[in-house]
Amino acid sequence: MTATADPGARRDVVRQSLSVGVATGAYGISFGALAVAAGLDTWQAMALSLLMFTGGSQFAFVGIIANGLHAAPAAIAASSMLGIRNGLYALELTHLLGVRGTRRVAAAHLTIDESTAVAVAQDDERTSRLGFWLTGLTVFALWNLSTFAGALVGGRVGDPRTYGLDAAACAAFTALLWPRLRDRDAVAIAVVGAVVAVLLSPTVPPGIPVVAAAAASLLAWRTPRREQA
Amino acid sequence: MSLWTAVLVAAAIAFGLKLAGHHVPAHLLDAPRVRRITAALPIALLAALVATQAFTRSDGSFVLDARAAAVGVAVVALLLRAPFIVVVVLGAATAALLRALGWA
Repeated sequence: MTATADPGARRDVVRQSLSVGVATGAYGISFGALAVAAGLDTWQAMALSLLMFTGGSQFAFVGIIANGLHAAPAAIAASSMLGIRNGLYALELTHLLGVRGTRRVAAAHLTIDESTAVAVAQDDERTSRLGFWLTGLTVFALWNLSTFAGALVGGRVGDPRTYGLDAAACAAFTALLWPRLRDRDAVAIAVVGAVVAVLLSPTVPPGIPVVAAAAASLLAWRTPRREQA
Repeated sequence: MSLWTAVLVAAAIAFGLKLAGHHVPAHLLDAPRVRRITAALPIALLAALVATQAFTRSDGSFVLDARAAAVGVAVVALLLRAPFIVVVVLGAATAALLRALGWA
């Protein structure tokens, strides 16, 4: 990247960050409504968005705990397994961001799918850093505002399924999975994970099928064919 | 365990995982096998989440209903390179419409 391209790159990353933030915000409404339908109160839904702050884990947590408090260990296990990927993003980001002390703690909290995706898509370090912070903070603000709105509205309008909000979560997970299905191995791992989870569902407690399906990732232990050649 | 305890424990673990990643020396994960498995983990988990949330009833039995149709529409939208928010809204609208019509 040359110095003359910098203002353009800056403008692009600002636009990208804000549009990602707005999209996630719109979707936080469905999280708030589903959390309340799952039996959480507004403050518990807010605690998840403020403190857990990672959408995939939050949806998994409320989806499983909707079955009752006995499912709490499985809900914690599933949300934690999904949260592992944020730790993996952090490995890449920590060098890119070059932060220490309290800034590193703030960066850790904002380490999610969206902020990572925007940061790693940039060509130079300065726009990467700008993209990370701007996306992270925009998503944090809008995700929490929309969770609050969703929780308030969700308690009043009745069953969120009438509005397809449970299906919104299914579609969102599909969209998160989609860009990762880059090759045949990835598709095979996804299919095995899905089949294992569906087959286990009738016989084991809620949440366990998702955790058990994580074992499908061990298929990646096998060396890919292209590397053997 | 109370619901509040579950919420706070799960949130603390989620934050701990993020923070740990910012402190772990990256070379620990440099082995190609470890890298492949850590890259595969979210694929398996997300696929399992989609499958259980879209294709099972609350008792765990298999079902094809409005949620399966929503996932189908989401896949078509993704094939057409629709942005994230459009995919989510189309998914919700599909399920809402089918249910309003009494078809699923």
